[in-house]
Amino acid sequence: MVLKNKIIPATKRSMTIILPMLIFILLSSCRSTPEKKMNENIPVLNFEQLEPYLNKESDSTYVVNFWATWCKPCVKEMPAFLKLDSLYRDQKVKVLLVSLDFPENIESQVKPFIRENNVHAEVVLLDDPNANAWINKVDSSWSGAIPATVIYNSKGRDFYERTFEFEELEEIIKSKI
Amino acid sequence: MKNTVIFLFSLFAGYSASAGGYEVGDKATDFKLKNVDGSYVSLEDYPGAKGFIVIFTCNHCPYAVAWEDRIIALDKEYKEKGYPVIAVNPNDPELYPEDSFEKMKIRAKEKGFTFPYLFDEDQKVYPVYGAKRTPHVFLLNKEKGDLIVKYIGAIDDNYKDASAVQETYLADAVDALLDGEDPDPDFTKAIGCSIKAK
Repeated sequence: MVLKNKIIPATKRSMTIILPMLIFILLSSCRSTPEKKMNENIPVLNFEQLEPYLNKESDSTYVVNFWATWCKPCVKEMPAFLKLDSLYRDQKVKVLLVSLDFPENIESQVKPFIRENNVHAEVVLLDDPNANAWINKVDSSWSGAIPATVIYNSKGRDFYERTFEFEELEEIIKSKI
Repeated sequence: MKNTVIFLFSLFAGYSASAGGYEVGDKATDFKLKNVDGSYVSLEDYPGAKGFIVIFTCNHCPYAVAWEDRIIALDKEYKEKGYPVIAVNPNDPELYPEDSFEKMKIRAKEKGFTFPYLFDEDQKVYPVYGAKRTPHVFLLNKEKGDLIVKYIGAIDDNYKDASAVQETYLADAVDALLDGEDPDPDFTKAIGCSIKAK
């Protein structure tokens, strides 16, 4: 009894130190660094909510790509945008991937695509069916076909209704930053 | 030979149009393309028509698929009134195997298309019209023997939910023509799948 009485408080004391330590170790092992975190949280936006992303005022250069998992040319050029994101992230280049997939396909199409292609760039889903009302607000020359890309910074803004190879994208970025 | 003639005709007709396809008010060219039933269809085959709802569309594009039922309904309604739907698949099946002629036949049968579903096999027609995406509508009106482009753009303002449509752009445009008026708006946009050339 005497022994037990002495041991229990001792165990309690050590537990108060060990438990938080264990929790901390567990949590930190689950949490990876922000750069390595894949973007599994995909906000669904209407155009009004997306618009601020197209008009940010900062010293960064923004690359906004309109795509969808079912769009073959979009999927084909995606590695170019992902490479740009990983290589130029530190040089104030921000890649935003605006998915035009249907919202009901987020779990079945968009998230698996993000996992399989190791997408770390920011992804949002634009769900605003009345495209006639907002296509011209992205760019008046846009026919509505995807892929389409807006590249802008404080110095200017360009719109591209075309596909890119990485080198072509890099050349544009180098001329802008 | 047939194709060469059509190609030359297309080139000639395209010459007068602005670069990158038609604008509202332009004269449109006829074409002769293979239909899913094996026949060749041309707009001159419809002497009784007042005009045409030419829709560049395809099998693979989810937007095109989302509008399919509404395209059928539009054909049913406006064919009677003189404006039949003529659907044209402009895609290269090497790039989109789902858009092959064989798959077009299957899709037309499955959905019970009430209109010709033509294959722009040589990809010579869609650039003359200036179709950029699927679906992309060109409403033509017969005026003094010419086919005049009266409306270019979208079918309506909601690709995904027919019941939520507010603006029936295409139907309104055809109704305007039936009333002897010019469509307003005569140009709209929609998101669609890009048409890829060889």
